[in-house]
Amino acid sequence: MPAKGYVEISVEGCKGCKLCVINCPSDCLALKTSETNSYGLHYAYMTDEDNCIACQNCAVICPDAAITVYKKAS
Amino acid sequence: MKEGYKLIYQKPKTLREKRMHYCPGCFHATTHKLMMEVVEELGIQEKTIGVCPVGCSVFAYDYMDVDMQEAAHGRAAAVATGIKRMHPNKIVFSYQGDGDLAAIGTAETIHACNRGENFTFIFINNGIYGMTGGQMAPTTLEGQKTTTSPYGRDPKKAGPPLKMCEIVSQFEAVAYVERVSCNTPANARKAKRAIKKAFEYQIQGLGTTFIEVASNCPSGWKCTPEESLEWLKEKAFPYFPLGVFKKPEEV
Amino acid sequence: MSEIKLMKGNEALAEAAIRAGLQGYFGYPITPQSEVVEYLAREEPKHNYVLLQAESELAAVNMMYGAGGAGARVMTTTSSPGFSLMQEGISYIACAQIPCLFANIVRGGPGLGTIQPSQSDYFQATKGGGHGDYHLIVLAPNSVQEMVDHVYLGFELADKYRSPAMLLSDGAIGQMMEKVQLPDPIEYKPDKPWATVGKKPGQERNYLTSLYIQSEEMEEKNIELQAKFKKIEENEVRFEEYKTNDAEIIIVSFGLSSRISKKSVDMAREAGLKVGLFRPITVWPFPANKIADIATRKQVKFFISVEMNAGQMVEDVKLAVNGKKPVYFYGRMGGIIPTPKEILTAVQERSRS
Repeated sequence: MPAKGYVEISVEGCKGCKLCVINCPSDCLALKTSETNSYGLHYAYMTDEDNCIACQNCAVICPDAAITVYKKAS
Repeated sequence: MKEGYKLIYQKPKTLREKRMHYCPGCFHATTHKLMMEVVEELGIQEKTIGVCPVGCSVFAYDYMDVDMQEAAHGRAAAVATGIKRMHPNKIVFSYQGDGDLAAIGTAETIHACNRGENFTFIFINNGIYGMTGGQMAPTTLEGQKTTTSPYGRDPKKAGPPLKMCEIVSQFEAVAYVERVSCNTPANARKAKRAIKKAFEYQIQGLGTTFIEVASNCPSGWKCTPEESLEWLKEKAFPYFPLGVFKKPEEV
Repeated sequence: MSEIKLMKGNEALAEAAIRAGLQGYFGYPITPQSEVVEYLAREEPKHNYVLLQAESELAAVNMMYGAGGAGARVMTTTSSPGFSLMQEGISYIACAQIPCLFANIVRGGPGLGTIQPSQSDYFQATKGGGHGDYHLIVLAPNSVQEMVDHVYLGFELADKYRSPAMLLSDGAIGQMMEKVQLPDPIEYKPDKPWATVGKKPGQERNYLTSLYIQSEEMEEKNIELQAKFKKIEENEVRFEEYKTNDAEIIIVSFGLSSRISKKSVDMAREAGLKVGLFRPITVWPFPANKIADIATRKQVKFFISVEMNAGQMVEDVKLAVNGKKPVYFYGRMGGIIPTPKEILTAVQERSRS
């Protein structure tokens, strides 16, 4: 079953503060420890595309407005 | 965009393209974002004039896409007074940190509140002077270590931390006072609602509106963004409780 | 409609501001100029200007910044200790290029001083009391009429150059009563595309700042400001000469001292001395070129600067004369006003030596 939602996180816009990761109720996000963006920061990304519920918590908590949220069109 | 999905949230158009320079996790950035979402939703971008302070947010005019004036340190309340008195139908806000509003600018803050100047204060209280390297602020907590209180703030020397919401809610002409935070999605949503309410009360001409954001400073506090949220919950909120301190009379 | 009235200097200043289209006055009471804000308070119901008694001069100058930056014609008046408090704000206003008008009704200092008149803020006004490289356009009225005329001129120059201007007056001119011709009121409708009045659709937002963290940008801004000040120096110098054509002795004096010196010139002429008076009307830009010119005249023996301070404008006179002729000084301090006789005596003593 396709996920209720998904997010796009701007690689360069993310500062790797991790606030989205710890506030995602479905544990869909993580910091990319193997790579950094051009600012040398480990950016956040979606690890689990199946369980996003489009709650927008990540986008709300993100200080840098680096997250765009999509919801399944009903 | 993937097929079968629709966009439900993106960065507000009222936030300029320029990458905000704030440290990772800093609530300055969060508050800027929430404020600009409110400006976009209320459709007031062309009527809003902001005043930015001296401190980490000295470049706020590079991020908020509204007309802005840079004020001298502490003077934002006086500058906002000048603007709002000349343009009573515009939405005017002052955006200040704890040094700006509660140390050098205390007189201007108090008197603008006492006169009931009809603009909105956005007060970022993170208990430290971030921009200048982490010195003690008037709102630094007792025992909190900073570069000018290396052994912890001693209330016998420095007095206890100042509680601005508690002070300004005493003024008759102040209409709305709320302390919020951005440490959880729920609190961040509440903070946005508070900012929106403040602007709406301003539009109704009810008097001074004052939103204090109990904020973090991972760099100054020498911890991770995640740890800074813990500090807020455990140490800051007990002293600076969140909530509404004053609201307009129900009509 | 212009009219002739007998008015006190401070009140004439206030009335002139109203007629010039004043939109905002933010001030604080201080002797000897509180009559300005009191007059504006009495007249307020008849007009549309915003009048706010601020909590301090510090607040007042920052309200000026805000209101002036939002496009309004704004003014504040104060006296020496209050003007000191405004210096920070003036530096910010000068860099952000916000047109506005100040008036310093100078009293004796330093410190809390006296409420009696003085001219001891000349350095502060012309050499910049605030930090950084900038200049105020400084007009030095010497009569109630000039208090009125200089308000109009000050507002005009401030708008023309997008720069703060000021009247450097003193307690005596502020308090004295003279016949004055009040000018026709102006309907003030300025065009200020840079003002922060709300972002216009399809245009970049306006912002006013004095922060240029990159040195290259700060230098650029300074170059821009200096070019503006140079233009003002080339175009806005004003002065008055009295009996200088054949004069052998030139008194240089501004403001109240110039009124008294004029009498001394007449007394000196009666006593057989060829004395003339050179009165700078703008003390910034200072009429250095004209003084330099006068210094080359063969018959000129010396200059003497007469001021109510310890010797401030005399330095600018010396710079202008550039060693061609001697430059002397006569002054009284602490609020004492010199008499025509003592100025004459000083001139006579110098001419004998």
